[in-house]
Amino acid sequence: MSKKSILRAIRQNQPQGPPLPDLPSFASDAPEAPLAAFQAMVTAMGGQVANAADYPDLGALVSAYFPGETSVASTVPGFPGNIPLQNMASPAALETVGLAVIPAPWGVAENGAVWVTEKECLFRVLPFIAQHLMVVLAKDRILSNMHEAYQRVQVDETGFGVFIAGPSKTADIEQALVIGAQAARSFTVVLE
Amino acid sequence: MTDTDLGERIIQLRDEPPSHIVLPAIHLKKEEVGELFHQKLHTEKGATDPKYLTEAARHHLRERFLQAGAALTGVNFAIAETGGVVVCTNEGNADMGVHLAPVQIHCMGLEKIIPRQADLGVFTRLLARSATGQPITIFTSHHHRPKPGGAMHIVIVDNGRSEHLGRPDFRNALKCIRCGACMNTCPIYRRSGGHSYDVAVPGPIGSILSPGIDLKKHSDLPFASTLCGSCSDVCPVKIDIHQQLYKWRQIAAGEGRLPIVKKWGMALAGHVLSRPRAYDFMGKLARRALKMLPRFMVYNALNDWGKSRELPVPPAESFKEWYRKNKMNKPE
Repeated sequence: MSKKSILRAIRQNQPQGPPLPDLPSFASDAPEAPLAAFQAMVTAMGGQVANAADYPDLGALVSAYFPGETSVASTVPGFPGNIPLQNMASPAALETVGLAVIPAPWGVAENGAVWVTEKECLFRVLPFIAQHLMVVLAKDRILSNMHEAYQRVQVDETGFGVFIAGPSKTADIEQALVIGAQAARSFTVVLE
Repeated sequence: MTDTDLGERIIQLRDEPPSHIVLPAIHLKKEEVGELFHQKLHTEKGATDPKYLTEAARHHLRERFLQAGAALTGVNFAIAETGGVVVCTNEGNADMGVHLAPVQIHCMGLEKIIPRQADLGVFTRLLARSATGQPITIFTSHHHRPKPGGAMHIVIVDNGRSEHLGRPDFRNALKCIRCGACMNTCPIYRRSGGHSYDVAVPGPIGSILSPGIDLKKHSDLPFASTLCGSCSDVCPVKIDIHQQLYKWRQIAAGEGRLPIVKKWGMALAGHVLSRPRAYDFMGKLARRALKMLPRFMVYNALNDWGKSRELPVPPAESFKEWYRKNKMNKPE
């Protein structure tokens, strides 16, 4: 079946639907205290929240949360980590990353998700292939819900962008929840 | 080709089809997965801890991810406004695949297209809530262009969808976002399991989609329902599933697709049920016959139901008889 005949069939069979509705704002749905709601949701989804103000710098925070971690890849300005990402030949070379530290431009209060694009990751695979993932988010960049998120984020601004809402998980064996399926085993949001 | 969702990988290693669209290996016990992994992935004999087995799969799949030349994903939503696709997973397997392999391919049915980016706010919320009760899937990935030096392809599949769009009574089924809520609530699915439907998408939604693809092959599926309507109640995109099941029955019957036993059985039942005297007589006859007939007369090739079950003990009298005796003309 050619593309042409498929398009013809669709045109012919397409019902006359109602006009595209305007989306309501869902503002009444928004949490009253977005920061507190965000922190609660990150925890509920299996992640953890760290407070940047409690530590002299990001390096100290990382050492406190991941003591002894020797392979840290970071894309946060001013915190280089110890894996030089620029020298990596291919995404597969990131297999050895123990902890990835990435800035996140936005957070979403209703589900504890953060928005990250390839601009922040350098390599798209970085937040997934690292054994552990840490994102750094400004407290005043937390949006109330997904509707607001899709108003603020332009999804095609970069070639790839993702909402990440916790550590990789599965319930495929007898519906038992297991944290740490194929991607990062833990998810830490640093609020600054 | 390696399936990378844990559940999909399990059934691929077992060489069998999925039994659920969100939890493909839901029909298996952890002991069965443990034995499978012992044979295929050399885990310890007798090990059944889901955490241990998932860890073994993680190592096994990472090897495959690192070697893959191309990664193929499904698509949850495609956005007309921006020309991109959205892929939702909890394991992160789709992202491990597409970001490591030089070539990424996204394969989608044409009904996955939604008009605007803003509409994703509605759909990403609906999907996870209805599928697993999460507020959002762990990974909601938006793909618009290939990675530097890579290639990206989107394959849009018709497979009967454009034809289905032309069936006013059934086109609503194309709204399905594959959350699986109708399966999770369906009394038939929950008892019989996904494999009994013999199609990739089982359950109530599969029973209204499959007849549209091949009515001859799947004409029995719309009948595997009590028409209780629970599927329509839970459907987040408001597909009139039980009404479509009923309409597919009319079409299957109209085209002479009913098995002869059902056809004659229905005609006989219709005759008896519309005549109270005949109904009373048949009831009495059946109650007496079940008590008196030798076993081989009741449990034989004609009695499908009794092949693996005992019939209930017939009551001494009908409800009508009991009511006449106990309630009629008696003060409350």
